[in-house]
Amino acid sequence: MNKKLVLAVAPIVTFIILVIFFWFALEKDPKKLNSTLIDKPVPDFKLSALQNPERVYTTDSLPDELFLLNVWGTWCGPCHIEHPYLMKFSQKYPVPIVGVNYKDQARDALEFLEQKGNPYSMVIADVDGQLGIDLGVYGAPETFVVDSDGKVRFRYVGVIDDRVWNSKILPVIEQVQGYPLEQMQKEAAENNSEGMK
Amino acid sequence: MIPELGNFLLIMAFINAIFLGVLSFIGAHYQHKGLMQFSKRASVSIFVLILASFVCLTISFINNDFSVAYVANHSNTQLPIHYRISAVWGAHEGSLLLWVLILTGWMAAVAIFSKSLPKPLITRVLGVMGFIAIGFIAFTLFTSNPFERVLPFIPIDGSDLNPLLQDFGLIVHPPMLYMGYVGFSVVFAFAIAGLLQGDLDHHWARWSRPWTTVAWIFMSLGIALGSWWAYYELGWGGWWFWDPVENASFMPWLAGTALIHSLAATEKRGVFKSWTVLLAILTFSLSLLGTFLVRSGVLTSVHSFANDPVRGRFILVFLGIVVGASLLIYAIQSSKIRSKANFGLFSRETALLFNNALLAVVTFMVLLGTLHPLIQEAFTGDKSSVGPPYFNLMFSIFMIPILILMPIGQQINWKQESMKPMLTKYWLWAISSIIIALAVVIIMGGIEPMAFVGTTLGLWVLAGCAKYVLAQASKSTSFAVGVKKISRSYWGMLVAHLGVAVTVLGVVLTSYYSIEENIKIHQGETVQVEALDVEFYDFKNTEGPNYISSAGSFRIYSEGELITDLHPEKRKYNASKMVMTEADIDAGLFRDIYVVMGEPLDDGAWAISVYYKPFVRWIWLGSIFMALGGLLAVSDKRYRQRRRERKQAKSETTSVEEGQGE
Amino acid sequence: MKQLVATIALLVSLQAFAVIETYEFKTEEQEQLYTDIINELRCPKCQNQTIAESNAGLSEDLRYIVYQQVSNGSSKREILAYMQERYGDFVLYDPPVKPSNYFLWFAPLAVFMIIFIAVLLKVGRRKVKPEQAETGEE
Repeated sequence: MNKKLVLAVAPIVTFIILVIFFWFALEKDPKKLNSTLIDKPVPDFKLSALQNPERVYTTDSLPDELFLLNVWGTWCGPCHIEHPYLMKFSQKYPVPIVGVNYKDQARDALEFLEQKGNPYSMVIADVDGQLGIDLGVYGAPETFVVDSDGKVRFRYVGVIDDRVWNSKILPVIEQVQGYPLEQMQKEAAENNSEGMK
Repeated sequence: MIPELGNFLLIMAFINAIFLGVLSFIGAHYQHKGLMQFSKRASVSIFVLILASFVCLTISFINNDFSVAYVANHSNTQLPIHYRISAVWGAHEGSLLLWVLILTGWMAAVAIFSKSLPKPLITRVLGVMGFIAIGFIAFTLFTSNPFERVLPFIPIDGSDLNPLLQDFGLIVHPPMLYMGYVGFSVVFAFAIAGLLQGDLDHHWARWSRPWTTVAWIFMSLGIALGSWWAYYELGWGGWWFWDPVENASFMPWLAGTALIHSLAATEKRGVFKSWTVLLAILTFSLSLLGTFLVRSGVLTSVHSFANDPVRGRFILVFLGIVVGASLLIYAIQSSKIRSKANFGLFSRETALLFNNALLAVVTFMVLLGTLHPLIQEAFTGDKSSVGPPYFNLMFSIFMIPILILMPIGQQINWKQESMKPMLTKYWLWAISSIIIALAVVIIMGGIEPMAFVGTTLGLWVLAGCAKYVLAQASKSTSFAVGVKKISRSYWGMLVAHLGVAVTVLGVVLTSYYSIEENIKIHQGETVQVEALDVEFYDFKNTEGPNYISSAGSFRIYSEGELITDLHPEKRKYNASKMVMTEADIDAGLFRDIYVVMGEPLDDGAWAISVYYKPFVRWIWLGSIFMALGGLLAVSDKRYRQRRRERKQAKSETTSVEEGQGE
Repeated sequence: MKQLVATIALLVSLQAFAVIETYEFKTEEQEQLYTDIINELRCPKCQNQTIAESNAGLSEDLRYIVYQQVSNGSSKREILAYMQERYGDFVLYDPPVKPSNYFLWFAPLAVFMIIFIAVLLKVGRRKVKPEQAETGEE
């Protein structure tokens, strides 16, 4: 008798669980990938600087403080949209932005930066895209938050506008730093006024 | 004006569907003659309204009315007329209207072709279908209306239909597939109606069977058409990818196959009643689940329609109500179902039971594999993928016992058969299958273990069909007399199982013995590819109706003899600027040979792909046999005879029975 | 935003064919290994396609890497691991057999075994009542 009850009720119970599960699944984006580099160091590389092909960059060339690593290219439409925001953030906040010019022509990239402005403290020319692959890049623009130990702590795929900066990037930076970014602005302003930047 | 008319007709149909749904159940409960008659009439009129609405949309496409957003997004003045018409169901909104059209079509058919069935039952069936129609029409009207206008700036020309869809495949595949998908709603409605009445006897099974079989036929053909279309359209030799959308159509087919077998057992022996009802609910639920998976954006697929979580929520709620309510009714009423259970371990009942269990587990496996990435993400946050390596392996494992069982199940006695005589009957056929399979794989090119196993099983099933005919014939005075005695429904079974064998052989042989070579070739050159010589002898650029094409000409030789002359193209479509390859396939019963144009290379040569695919057509030929088998089964005299008997019985009784079946 | 997504989607889908690579291999085994691997790796940015099928730029880059590594003698496991390190399990169409995937790999068989045993027990123990056993045709 009990077995019959179980067999009668099992289908609907299973189904209800499935529906609840689907309801929550609707909010996820199946095409967004997770970065495999979280809490791992930036992968090794040996590439030239965009502005000066003689100069070679490696992981040692990267900033010793918390910084953003932005993967971009002139062929990438959304990167053009993101650019003005990067300009603004680089001026307002003392977080260096390192650019990785991904699968691009140096000539086009240099022209772009000259015309639209350069938000980057340094630009790495990843012409064949190997660094991009090592970073797990699948859709430019992508931005990584790297801490002062050189470890990747966060990756964002897509255009970073004001909303994304405030809701996604800023909180991560502040959490990694351990203190709010505002303060850094004050420190930077002080440093500036002492002519140290 | 016409789009507004189309929208208006849709609204009328919606209102009528509400009346149909509600009044049917009231009418059936009180056995009110007028309301029950209304149900039948309303079903037919709803279909007519939807058909008229569909015609309005079609006219908008034919007339290039780009003020209608859906037309502007999926059509173009240069698009040839036959593609303008099939573009009606080329995207989300229009294909949904097609769904509704086919649903109401089945509903009208049930209303018209059920004269000899008890009225309360049919009224409830139509009521259930009416409720489903309410949901789908509402979904169309409120979230996916194809008649929405683009005003005030009407585009001069449309965005064009995706070139991948500008093909014969789009004309036939979706309608055929939907006929199947949606057709399972009939047996679903019968199941619910039966549960509500509290009694499911063998009459119920007999009435449901033809509707189920016809839906299954369409589903089989629809899936085969999709596979065939992908094969020649994409041109890289693939014909099934276990993509979520493909799986969404395969699961109802698997459950539907289990269902037709279960219905047979329920009708003939009164067994498995609960399982049959549950399968009927499950099959259509999988159809609805498929609709959800394909249109909600939860899963990534090359085939999916517009990914819209808002629409996804609507479908999910609808799915939840329909399936939830039916499973609730099942939970409450299933205790009233009484099945017979007088059969032993070696019997046809058990064979069918295992068959259905295996098919159900395969369905579960496909569902699990399809949903696993979602489940994984929910529990661990990790992203993962499940693809052909998983599905192919698991499917093959479960197909082995199913195929072994097939010839045995065909012939084994109902109720009880002793094991020893059974084994002795089959061993000769088994050994022959193994030996012939060995010969086949060696001739094909070498002993691949899985190819050998698959070929053996395919031949084993063929042997089973032959054995059945011989066994029946030997019971009579002469062979001819014996064969004639085999009823059409049994011929249906044999032909359908033969179809399975043909498909299995096609799948196995083409998977393990195909040849694909990518080569560089200059115009005028001949390159050797395995046993073939490929000569690239000509190249032209031409203009098509809405594209520019670059076509290469190739001659293929084998041992000096010319086998075929091929003209593959690369096309650039004017409106969308999309580039597509059109393979030129020399199709044969025993092999396909074809060439695909790749890229022009720096030194003036072209990169091309040459394909040799043995027995690939058998994959779809098998499904034609399956459909034929279904047709034979449905046209069995029993159904027509019984109708005559029932008409007689009906004229002798004046009062309508208490919903007790018959 | 929707327009942007649509534009990107259009850009991605402008070509509807797989690029035909004409890589040369030293041995047939290597060529077969290459073909096997590219048919098992998922394109990280496409709508459910292998890197063999997809003509996206990233797919092309990944195919080249597979070609290089196969030519250098790397094994299938090493190459798949290389890709997995960078893109995660997402890029493997053959789910690894690890604890979080045990259910996926073993549940179907387990379910069938349970049903099989249940049927054997229930039907096998039954005493069939002695009406005439009926033969094949109806």
